[in-house]
Amino acid sequence: MPDTIQSVAIKVNVNGKPRSLKVEPRMLLVEMLREALDLTGTHVGCDTTYCGACTVLMNGAAVKSCTMFAVQADGAEITTVEGLERDGQLHPIQKAFGDAYGLQCGYCTPGLMLSAHHLLSRNQQPSEKDIRKAIAGNTCRCTGYQNVLKAIQLAAQNMKGA
Amino acid sequence: MLSQLGEEAKLLAGGQSLIPLMKLRFANPKHLVDLNFISGTSYIKEENGGLRFGPMTRHAEIEASSQAAKIPIVRDCAAGIADVQVRNRGTIGGSLAEADPSGDWAAVLMTLQTDVRCLGPKGERTVPLANFIKDAYTTELAHDELVSEVIVRIPAKNSGGAYLAFKRSAPVYPTASAAVQLTMDGDTCRDVAIVLGCVGLTPIKVKEAEPMLRGVQINDKAISAAVESAHAAADPQSDMRGSAEYKRTLVGALVKRAIEIAVRRARGEQVEVSHIYA
Repeated sequence: MPDTIQSVAIKVNVNGKPRSLKVEPRMLLVEMLREALDLTGTHVGCDTTYCGACTVLMNGAAVKSCTMFAVQADGAEITTVEGLERDGQLHPIQKAFGDAYGLQCGYCTPGLMLSAHHLLSRNQQPSEKDIRKAIAGNTCRCTGYQNVLKAIQLAAQNMKGA
Repeated sequence: MLSQLGEEAKLLAGGQSLIPLMKLRFANPKHLVDLNFISGTSYIKEENGGLRFGPMTRHAEIEASSQAAKIPIVRDCAAGIADVQVRNRGTIGGSLAEADPSGDWAAVLMTLQTDVRCLGPKGERTVPLANFIKDAYTTELAHDELVSEVIVRIPAKNSGGAYLAFKRSAPVYPTASAAVQLTMDGDTCRDVAIVLGCVGLTPIKVKEAEPMLRGVQINDKAISAAVESAHAAADPQSDMRGSAEYKRTLVGALVKRAIEIAVRRARGEQVEVSHIYA
């Protein structure tokens, strides 16, 4: 019977930067991002796999970082909201959330933008139904989702030209 | 490894049920064995009239698979589980092995001929799904066994099925669900299976309804009789999702709709189904 493992060495690529870390096996991915790497753009809302505030991309797919252990991201590429902008320029999704007033308090916004990223990287012309389905795992208590929907539609439009 | 660690070890598949259960202290395993780094356990293959699912195949992979789309009820299930993020992690093998009374896969796959392959130190064995699920959170798996494959027989021609789950919002478990799979011969029902989800400790097969529908025309009278049987077979608990009476009524309504969609699909109609939100 092995003793309790104190820490595990992992290698994770976070927002394009390779990182080597030692983490406790019980540490959640979101705790690693926020506490070990100081990337506090990823939020913890419910901590029960409901609200989606902790959504990040793992190898390009949206996942809830409160429902994975950091050790499970060993060898993976993680993108957080901090990784969306390029060379000081906001990502078209970030810009569209601003332009279409797709946020109010902003707590859920990083998660929503990464869910939008997951959608738009697979479907360049999403219908309203596609968008609603794509953000069904992200809870927003301010906007009523209407402007979020408009923001994602605007981002889709702007990204088509790119 | 499981033999060494003993009964207090748990396998970690997609983690979308187990990790929340651990946070809520409903599960407190001493050891976790992560299955995610074992290669070759995520696949969908068509072979000898059946679909073989690797145990670590994610719901999202099944949702996107053209092979899985050959059984529309399987696609209904995969595309409707929770939300995108959960479907990107959660697995078919994990869902069956967890045997959560509110899980989607067990109810759906019980309407089909489904076998679960169980692998342990003594070798591999095949268990029909109906025998695999024993009770809430309890399966036929020994503590040193794991699910190595899920095999689903592709239904005969002129078959159709539908899975309807009623949820308050996407990420939550359904309040009630109904899975119906039938085979038609013209207007006459040749074979049928009806399974209710979330209204008992395990999925409930409505056995009484099957002889009522078999060999008869599916009309309003036949559907009403099946709904009555579903009401009688359901064994719901009152909880935050609704009272027992409410769930009993709801599950009957879902059975009615699912039969209607299954019949249309058996005729070759394309009917898109999605989970219903309150």
